[in-house]
Amino acid sequence: MTTITVTVNGVRYTSEVEPRLLLVHYLREHLNLTGTHIGCDTSQCGACVVHINGDSVKSCTILAVQCDGAEITTIEGLASNGQLHPLQEGFWEKHGLQCGFCTPGMIMAAADLLKRNPNPTEDEIRHGLEGNLCRCTGYENIVRAVRYAAEKMAAAQAAD
Amino acid sequence: MTATEMKERLVGRALKRREDPKLITGHGNYLDDIKLPGMLHIALVRSPHAHAKIISIDASKALAMPGVVAVFTGKDMLDINPMPAAWQAAGVKNYPVPPRALAVDKVALVGDPVAMVVAENRYIARDAADLVEVEYEPLPAVVDARKAVEPGAPQIHEAAPNNIVFEWECGNKAAADAAIASAEVVVKEEIINQRLIPTPMETRGSIARYDAATGEWTVWMTSQAPHVHRLLLTAFVFGVPETKLRCIAPNVGGGFGQKIFCYNDMAFTMWAARKLGRPVKFVEDRSENYKYSTHGRDHITEAELAGTRDGKITGLRVKTWANIGAYFSTVAAGIPTTLYGRIITGVYKIPAAYVHVTGAYTNTAMVDAYRGAGRPEASYLIERMVDRFAAEIGMDPAEVRRKNFIQPEDFPYDNGLGLLPYDSGNYEPALNKALEIAGYAEFRKQQAELRKQGRYLGIGISSYVEICGIAPSAWMGGQGWGAGLWESANVRVHLTGKVVVTTGSLPHGQGLETTFAQIVADELGVPYEDVEIQWGDTQGTPFGYGTYGSRSLAVGGVAIKRSVDKIKEKARKLAAHLLEANEADIVFENGRAYVKGSPDKGKTIGELAAAAAVAYNLPPGMEPFLDETSYYDPPNCTFPFGTHVSIVEVDPETGHVKLLRYIAVDDCGNQINPLIVEGQIHGGIAQGLAQALYEGAVYNEDGQLLTGTLMDYAVPTAAMVPHIETDHTVTPSPVNPLGVKGAGEAGTIASAQCVMNAIIDALAPFGVKHLQMPSTPERIWRAIHGK
Repeated sequence: MTTITVTVNGVRYTSEVEPRLLLVHYLREHLNLTGTHIGCDTSQCGACVVHINGDSVKSCTILAVQCDGAEITTIEGLASNGQLHPLQEGFWEKHGLQCGFCTPGMIMAAADLLKRNPNPTEDEIRHGLEGNLCRCTGYENIVRAVRYAAEKMAAAQAAD
Repeated sequence: MTATEMKERLVGRALKRREDPKLITGHGNYLDDIKLPGMLHIALVRSPHAHAKIISIDASKALAMPGVVAVFTGKDMLDINPMPAAWQAAGVKNYPVPPRALAVDKVALVGDPVAMVVAENRYIARDAADLVEVEYEPLPAVVDARKAVEPGAPQIHEAAPNNIVFEWECGNKAAADAAIASAEVVVKEEIINQRLIPTPMETRGSIARYDAATGEWTVWMTSQAPHVHRLLLTAFVFGVPETKLRCIAPNVGGGFGQKIFCYNDMAFTMWAARKLGRPVKFVEDRSENYKYSTHGRDHITEAELAGTRDGKITGLRVKTWANIGAYFSTVAAGIPTTLYGRIITGVYKIPAAYVHVTGAYTNTAMVDAYRGAGRPEASYLIERMVDRFAAEIGMDPAEVRRKNFIQPEDFPYDNGLGLLPYDSGNYEPALNKALEIAGYAEFRKQQAELRKQGRYLGIGISSYVEICGIAPSAWMGGQGWGAGLWESANVRVHLTGKVVVTTGSLPHGQGLETTFAQIVADELGVPYEDVEIQWGDTQGTPFGYGTYGSRSLAVGGVAIKRSVDKIKEKARKLAAHLLEANEADIVFENGRAYVKGSPDKGKTIGELAAAAAVAYNLPPGMEPFLDETSYYDPPNCTFPFGTHVSIVEVDPETGHVKLLRYIAVDDCGNQINPLIVEGQIHGGIAQGLAQALYEGAVYNEDGQLLTGTLMDYAVPTAAMVPHIETDHTVTPSPVNPLGVKGAGEAGTIASAQCVMNAIIDALAPFGVKHLQMPSTPERIWRAIHGK
């Protein structure tokens, strides 16, 4: 067992974990943050994407012990002060989800995409989300949702 | 303001979904999110062989591992029955061999479970499963349905001689033979509809808890049909009363058919929970889902289509080998029979058609319904053959379609294949609209120009019809379906005026809560926010056969409407009593009952609900409370239709296909929520075009699944799917009072052949007449270069 200290969604946790414990299992089983999902066993699907120190990471590809000292944001921590993140709003407005299983990872990956490219074209969105699979939407409305968020964030920035 | 102007109608509006707030914030409740006190975890020991005898199983090392609670094998579970074979091919002998909870004595596919380890956590369970030693005696395997029924093929089940599950036919063989023998033109093709893996993003699983004091189970399951699973598990597998089992489907992360069926894990978690007295959980990982949960399609077909030189189709003869996999999955035989053969002629009047289907066991994963279920296979076949025929006689494929379409005045239309009559349709406007959006005439000119420059573009047309709203019970009984297919709903208006609807339908992405609430709010005239839709728990919902076959609106939704109608009727009676008016003079409109001619004299539904609930002043004989249940069994299925058009460019050097445009014009009857309908169409199209371009489950000859993970099985990413252009026509269904038809499967049913027809059109200059799917660059390059 190894002791780690992580900050998840602004809350500090110190835990005893097996060295082999995957971050996604740590989040889901130890912290009960079940919004981060598992859809495959080969790091293809992206349902488990979280942010570690601000970068999007598939939490099935990293061990909890590697995250000692890290700041982690999961889907549960994306909204702030009761306000949905523009991406959450966009997915809702544009029907960017159906079953909702891929959605947390998709939103977290899209947030990282918009951080790197605040005004992506349709093509850039499609390529930017290549690490995340959705089986329900055909991606059409996911693209619209990300565009919605990009425009909303740009408008908010312009207003600042 | 008059009473009729007071409330805006919600039906037909693109409301955003009420389901979404929890799902976009990480607060959904999917199966693997559920933890119960004292819960144990199961890991399976699965066969590495496609076909083998089990010689011995030694679990001693696993049992010695700290944290391991028990190891069980199939022989421990002989006190329960195999899974039921609920839909057998109609009118012929079937040889159903459904799976047991765990394999006994022999295995029939790679991934067949031979033992289960129960441990304190999933890491320990998995480690211990690796320590279970199983000795096998491998047997020869067969993976191809046509080869499986040939003499000398390896025999998989003693109870199914020659690996035949059933042999079934429909249509008129003599007429089809004669039409083909006397035809001016006959085109013949071997058409393979490759095996697909449904791939809901959430895999499957079950959690079972047993209460020894009452003998009752609660099972949480990834299910599209919890009421059916309750019935099958109790009455057939365990032989206990239905009342001893409560099934709960929490949020379900996609199904696409794969979660309709009664699976072994439902049974072995129940068995283990009872045996051990602790709750147990089993969740597949993705590679287990790919190996053992059901696959779809997998047909080999020899097809012949006959016609005249001027484009009239005169006959169709089809011989299909349908791969059923290693065991008989729940409704496996119904898919390649009723839902395939009976709609093989599609949108065309074909005077003579005949279909013969052989269902075959092979050493592969079970094959059962996958989005569209039989109808994509039928639609692919006829639409490919029609294009093949058009090319043969040198006629525009759009023109051949127009010449053979069933005409609006032909409805209700009997296709002569043992199906109920097509309810309504108007096929040409949808075709014309799609071609107009595509700029068809202009495209043909551009195509000819570009060919001169060595660029190969193609356009593909797919006109489809499907069977949705699957029911009625009496007809489905005659199709071999082992139960009814009605739906039920309860509607209650509480004292506060809040409305609670419970439904036996089971949304798993379709947005039924939103759609149903729109209907109820309009019909009852109450605020949308005051309507709550509850589903998923057999303890709190009336019986339903589940959500599949695009039937939850056309059957389940109509059951809700009929309960609302009953509520309104009772409310009118009560209003007449309270207003001291004649019942005949009471108008119910916009949530208010009033006396005809005096709109001021009335009671709102809330007031009437309160009056009914407190029951101080009811008419003689009226029971308290506004609470009504309906059981709706429709008189017919519904038959959505449409035309899709796609444009591709093929690079002859690399064989790479670029999908330039995809246009979908669909007619699902009246639309309750166009945003949701469009989303269903998008998703369906992505799955169908993925079949054309990317996906295919591949086994080697030994029965090893070569596409066993998402690394090898090409579920498309966002970059592999084009922008989709949608439009629609509206031909209401006369079958139900909502005029709805269903939209969940249409996209998948239309799209594979739409893309294939475009690719083959692009390759026409190279003499390519047909290509098998998926049309990988290698396959296309070989077709161009004749290698």
